[in-house]
Amino acid sequence: MTDIHEYVFEDRTPGVEERGSTAGYLSYTVGLGLAILATIGSFVVAQTNLLWPPGIPVGLIVLALAQIGIHLVFFLHLGSSADSTNNILALAFGVLIVFLIITGSVWIIANLNNNMMPMPH
Amino acid sequence: MTIATTLERTEVPTELARGRGGGGPAPKRVVVAYGFWIFILSDMIMFSALFAAYAVLHGNTAGGPSGADLFNMRSVFIETMCLLLSSYTCGLGVLSAERGQPALFLVFAVLTFTLGAAFLFIEINEFAGMIAKGAGPSRSGFLSSFFTLVGMHGLHVASGLIALIYLVAQVLVQGLRAAVLRRLLCWSLFWHALDIVWVGVFTLVYLMGVYH
Repeated sequence: MTDIHEYVFEDRTPGVEERGSTAGYLSYTVGLGLAILATIGSFVVAQTNLLWPPGIPVGLIVLALAQIGIHLVFFLHLGSSADSTNNILALAFGVLIVFLIITGSVWIIANLNNNMMPMPH
Repeated sequence: MTIATTLERTEVPTELARGRGGGGPAPKRVVVAYGFWIFILSDMIMFSALFAAYAVLHGNTAGGPSGADLFNMRSVFIETMCLLLSSYTCGLGVLSAERGQPALFLVFAVLTFTLGAAFLFIEINEFAGMIAKGAGPSRSGFLSSFFTLVGMHGLHVASGLIALIYLVAQVLVQGLRAAVLRRLLCWSLFWHALDIVWVGVFTLVYLMGVYH
C-alpha cells in the first residue's frame, strides 16, 4: 500500500526546460538516405517502363506514402514515445479529413462530369 | 480500497509519463510543439483542398498545353533535392542549437536558407517561363489549379525563409535561450511539413502529369 510513495516522480513544471532531444545526427542522415532513395525511385518509375505501365500511378502513390512515412519518423520524430501519442492522434484525425476532402471531391465531381449534358461546340 | 491500491501499483512511473498524473505535467517544449503541430495539420487540410481542386481540374486544358508539354523534369528533380537537403540541414541546425552550438547552428541555417532560396529561384523561373509561353494561370482550369497549388507551396517556402532570417537574428541577439529554442523547433516542424507537401506535389502534379 505504501510502496507507491517510494517512487521518485520526476516533476516537470511547464516553465522548466529539459535540454537535449532524443534525436541524433544519425536519425536525420538515415532519413535523408531513405528519402533520397524513394525520390529517385519515383522519378525513375515515372520516366521509364520499369513498372508495368498501367501500374505506374499505384507505384508512385506507394512510393510517395513511403516517403511521407520516412519524413514523419526520421525528420518529425513521430514514434512510439509517450510524447508522440497526442501528436499521432491529431495526425490520424488530420489524415482522415485530408482523405475525405480529396477522395470526396474527386468522387463527386467525377459523378457530376458523367451526368453532364454533352457540351455544344 | 483494494481496487485503488491495485490501480496505484499498476501505474508504473517512468521518465516518459507525461501529462497523465504520474511524472508531472508535460514540459513546455512538448506542449508548444503540440500546439504548432495542430496548426500544421490545419495547414495540411488547406493544402488538401487545393490538391482536390487540382485533381478535379488537371484534365481541363481547354485546348491549351498539358503538364507533359510544360514540365521540365530535370529542374523538378533539382528542386526536390534542394528542398529535401534543406529539410536535412534544418534538422541538423535545430539539433546543434539544442546542443548549445550556436556556430554550428549558423552554418546549418545558412545552408538551409541557401537551399530553400535555390528551390524558390528554380520555381519562379519555371513559372516565368510558363507565363512567357502563354501558359499562365488564366489559360485553362488545369493551369489555374496548378499555379494555385504549386504557388501556395512556394509562398509557404518564401514565408519560411523570412521566418528563418527572423529566427537567426533572434539567436544572434538573444542567444540560445529556451524560448528561442522552442521557436526554432516549431520552425523546423513547419519546414519538414513543407517538404511533406512537396512530396505530394511532385508525385501528383509532376510525375503523374508526365508519366505516359
